[in-house]
Amino acid sequence: MSTLTKQTKIGSLIDFPAKGFEAARSQAKEAFEIQGLPGTKTEEYKFTAITKKLEQQLNDVTMAEPFEVTPDMVNSNLFKGFDGDVLVFANGHFQANVSSQIEGIEISLLSNNSDTPIGKIAKPEKDVFCAINQATFTGGLFISIPKKIQLEKTILFMNFTKISAGQVIQPRIWIEAGDFAEATFIEQAINLTDVTFFVNKVVEIKGGHNTHLHYYRLQNEGSNAIEVSNIETDIQQDSTFSSVVISLSGEMVRNNLSLNLLGSNSEGNMYGLYLLNGKTHVDNHTNVDHTIPHAESNELYKGILADHSRGVFNGKIFVRQDAQKTNAFQQNNNILLSEDAVVNTKPQLEIWADDVKCSHGCTTGQLDEEALFYLQTRGIGKQQAKGLLLYAFAGEVLEHIKHEAFKTYCTQLVEDRLGAKL
Amino acid sequence: MLSIKNLHASIEGTPILRGINLEIKAGEVHAIMGPNGSGKSTLASVLAGREEYEVTDGEVIFNGKDLLEYSPEDRAREGVFLAFQYPVEIPGVSSTNFLRTAVNQVREYRGLDPLDAVKFLTLMKEKMKLVEIDQKLLSRSLNEGFSGGEKKRNEIFQMAMLEPKLSILDETDSGLDIDALKIVSNGVNQLKSKDNATIVVTHYQRLLDYIVPDYVHVLYKGRIVKSGTKELALELEEKGYDWIKEAVDSEATV
Ligand SMILES: Nc1ncnc2c1ncn2[C@@H]1O[C@H](COP(=O)(O)OP(=O)(O)OP(=O)(O)O)[C@@H](O)[C@H]1O
Ligand SMILES: [Mg+2]
Repeated sequence: MSTLTKQTKIGSLIDFPAKGFEAARSQAKEAFEIQGLPGTKTEEYKFTAITKKLEQQLNDVTMAEPFEVTPDMVNSNLFKGFDGDVLVFANGHFQANVSSQIEGIEISLLSNNSDTPIGKIAKPEKDVFCAINQATFTGGLFISIPKKIQLEKTILFMNFTKISAGQVIQPRIWIEAGDFAEATFIEQAINLTDVTFFVNKVVEIKGGHNTHLHYYRLQNEGSNAIEVSNIETDIQQDSTFSSVVISLSGEMVRNNLSLNLLGSNSEGNMYGLYLLNGKTHVDNHTNVDHTIPHAESNELYKGILADHSRGVFNGKIFVRQDAQKTNAFQQNNNILLSEDAVVNTKPQLEIWADDVKCSHGCTTGQLDEEALFYLQTRGIGKQQAKGLLLYAFAGEVLEHIKHEAFKTYCTQLVEDRLGAKL
Repeated sequence: MLSIKNLHASIEGTPILRGINLEIKAGEVHAIMGPNGSGKSTLASVLAGREEYEVTDGEVIFNGKDLLEYSPEDRAREGVFLAFQYPVEIPGVSSTNFLRTAVNQVREYRGLDPLDAVKFLTLMKEKMKLVEIDQKLLSRSLNEGFSGGEKKRNEIFQMAMLEPKLSILDETDSGLDIDALKIVSNGVNQLKSKDNATIVVTHYQRLLDYIVPDYVHVLYKGRIVKSGTKELALELEEKGYDWIKEAVDSEATV
């Protein structure tokens, strides 16, 4: 398996020389050898033929170097109403010179924090792309929010991409937040390229007791982005973590999001909205691990699919034997606007405790014709009525964005898309 | 105002309406009664423009216009209003936004300026009184979690907002207790004028004590098989439909 894997363009990356974290690197290489790249028979990638896609689309696989980002580029790309701090990346490499100085927290290159236990949260054994990133990323970003620091300003990760065809970007971020820390992160990508590229991202988030974190992502980098992300967080006692992922474009996108509920009275929330058209393929694999009693998880992913697009949702909920009094909810709802659009949705509940409240449901259907007719009989034009219904459907996810300006921005993007496409 | 001639309609190839003839003049109230499944809601839906029903024959002229040529939204803008037998719940669409969109699209079609937020709210408050609908209901998603009675009241409230020329009330009385029935009827009566007309579809003569019809028609097997005045409703209440069914069915076998 391994030699074959290395013969692939993407597999050859594993030999890319990267400094520091020797133990973690070799552990990751081993994990790579054992797993190999996903093929048609790999259960976890059954509907997302990422290896094939990468082999077809990437010509000459090399790591992308950083490039110069100017303050102007940063300012002109800020969404309206944003008044927080910005951390800038160029092809995945942190650019301190154009990033905000944020008081009270520590921000530095991950490579300068060599005792960071990378790979202990997002484990390379769980996903081969996570392993590739761990074995070969360079630079990386380290963020530490000390105890009792409640960041009033949101941190925006602004990821600029400018590369030649076939290049690979491997961002890696480690975030640790002390007890009682609170912070909101927004992730946004600005693509300055019109060739196909591959982003392989890993974010590990380590929370303390009573920490409260929000993590928002907007995936809208155009139809030539191939992306795999592994975002994983440990959630301790009395803490909350909430994620909202809005996916609007991409050639093939795979989001692995995992929440580990490790302390009682902890709460993990995952929300997602995907509006897909053309041949966009978006796959959300989520995982929530209830390890202790009295924790709660909520999950709602919704999709609207047009043209030849494809959506995949796989939601694992694992409730361990000790995790009594767990509340776990999961929903995935999809509307297909075209006969050629496809959704594969699969809830995967594994419940070993007996005193739990778990519910899950998934639906895939067309726009509700009854509702459409009802609106029309009140004098509302068909297109507008469709827009109202689709927007109402999507709005249930957008509601979970607690950052007002970002919510307004996403709402506008969604409205534009729903208005334009019908 | 409305002239229906020899209207035939079917769904998925099954004929449901089989030659309806009906003339309605401005200012009139017509009641349509009939056993379950006779085609009353189908007639209402065909008039409102539901696409699942295929009109296979006949014509419908509304204020000189060929109604069947119009889309559902344009029929509404021309002044046709259908109060649904089963109003649809629409999660995520706020009642107020929905109504404002509707009112302004109808106004635009009629060549009127859109109402701004203040004027719209004033109009809404005025019409809310008419059907004694609670503000709280309207701050929720459209019909979502409304009780049966609240939904029916909301239908009449929407009718009041849109000021139609022809209102078709499909069993708006079903499931209402007597107080709610009085409120709803009172609303309908206040909206009545010499320039508009109302069709009330009902199973119960009770409603007709409050909304007094000029004519009562009995629909059976997709045809109007008997027409009369409000006394016909009393007779139906007393004797049921069997005598009419028998008369029609024996005729059909001859
Ligand atoms: N979507 C449909 N598909 C197939 N048949 C239908 C459909 N809608 C209505 N029908 C049939 O058409 C006939 C007339 O139905 P309709 O709802 O118009 O009756 P109604 O007079 O309104 O009855 P009710 O008093 O119960 O409201 C019934 O036999 C019904 O089963
Ligand atoms: Mg009916």
